[in-house]
Amino acid sequence: MAEKLGQLSQTTRLRILIAKPGLDGHDRGAKVIARALRDAGMEVIYTGLRQTPEMIAEAALQEDVDAVGLSILSGAHNTLLPRVVQALRERGLGDIPVFAGGIIPEEDIPGLKAAGITAVFGPGASLEEIVRFIYEYTPRRAHRSA
Amino acid sequence: MTNALRVSPRELARLISGLERGDAEAQQRIFALYRQPPRAHMIGVTGAPGCGKSTLIAALTRVWRRQGSTVAILSVDPSSPFTGGAILGDRIRMGELSQDPGVFIRSMASRGAQGGVAQAAADAAIALDAAGFERIVIETVGAGQSDISIVHLADTVVVVEAPGLGDDIQAIKAGMLEIADVLVVNKADRPEAEAAFSTLAAALELGEAVTGHHGPAGVAGRISMPPAHHRSADGWRVPLLKVSALRAEGVEAVAQAIALHQRWQAAHPERAQERAAQALREHLQSMLLRAALDRIGEQQFNAWALRCAARELHPAEAAAQLLASVVKEGDCA
Repeated sequence: MAEKLGQLSQTTRLRILIAKPGLDGHDRGAKVIARALRDAGMEVIYTGLRQTPEMIAEAALQEDVDAVGLSILSGAHNTLLPRVVQALRERGLGDIPVFAGGIIPEEDIPGLKAAGITAVFGPGASLEEIVRFIYEYTPRRAHRSA
Repeated sequence: MTNALRVSPRELARLISGLERGDAEAQQRIFALYRQPPRAHMIGVTGAPGCGKSTLIAALTRVWRRQGSTVAILSVDPSSPFTGGAILGDRIRMGELSQDPGVFIRSMASRGAQGGVAQAAADAAIALDAAGFERIVIETVGAGQSDISIVHLADTVVVVEAPGLGDDIQAIKAGMLEIADVLVVNKADRPEAEAAFSTLAAALELGEAVTGHHGPAGVAGRISMPPAHHRSADGWRVPLLKVSALRAEGVEAVAQAIALHQRWQAAHPERAQERAAQALREHLQSMLLRAALDRIGEQQFNAWALRCAARELHPAEAAAQLLASVVKEGDCA
């Protein structure tokens, strides 16, 4: 009931962009994450398939998101994910944490982290883990209690 | 683009976040901007989930961009009443537009606040106007209260219908048709579209234009004919148009109808007065509610809610007693 009272005033919510860079055509994983984040009380902006790094960065900017999640199954992660980080930095959004999920081999993770990806979640990662990560890494959490 | 607000797209995005939070500083900026005469044309687009609103908006935006106008899109989707979370997926249909610097797309969750959609979206629209966007589209799902409050935001309301979403009785009872300045039957590429169009036309008692000019058009390309229409309460002839947003057929006719209505409403200031009155009512309502809840306090509120749940008294009785108790303490400011 406290929640009901709270709803009467404007509330602050974490806003998360979930995007699929590149050409792969399966977004079940991305949708599962989107739902889990919604259920955790976040506002999830889902861009759909086949996004270029520029489209993702522009969406992150216009939507003023607190974190960007990238789902990629195509195997092009070593090329595309650093380009998303780059496109975010070009727009002054280098402080936004970027996490990735999908089919990403263990040995590629250090390189991706060096390129600015904050975290990589494999197929075995739990949804709780991802939600916890977002709470921990969203920079504006202090005045955006979710 | 004349950017009176002098903000970068990022600052604009953050200002909108501030408005969503109810941030006082962001609101002060909007209060100042509100004193400027509005320049943008505010277009509300509403319709049932799945009727193709986002696809139509994307297609319209391409038309406006070709005509040289800048476009901002505010897409409002509902928040979950349970968790407060939301999935905002309208960008899916707008893909490449996000890369056009003359287009700004922002997804907003309704956040379950009293009149919340209306207030935050209205203020975001003022910011976008000041930032120089010439056409501002506010997209809401036609279910619940938000579609009605869109009337109080928009200069022109476009109601989108699609075949297979309900019979003519649905169309009438939903109350959506009364708020339309432009009525669109989308998905004209589908065979059932003709039936949906005729049913809608008949439901609206459109008269001459339906039987006279239209016939079995079926193909969206024929929309350049004199459109069917009915007359709204304030005298505007509401055109009924057939469109396939997906194939970009008939979209220019919709843009044209919107432009016609823009000119018409500019000569009819009554709507603007009515909108201001409604906005004032909504703000009063939410401020009164907040003031009352502040005085009642969470504990007392919850205790009374429990009594109502236990059927000790009707919620209306509880509300009257609570109100009497807080008003007695002084004024309601």
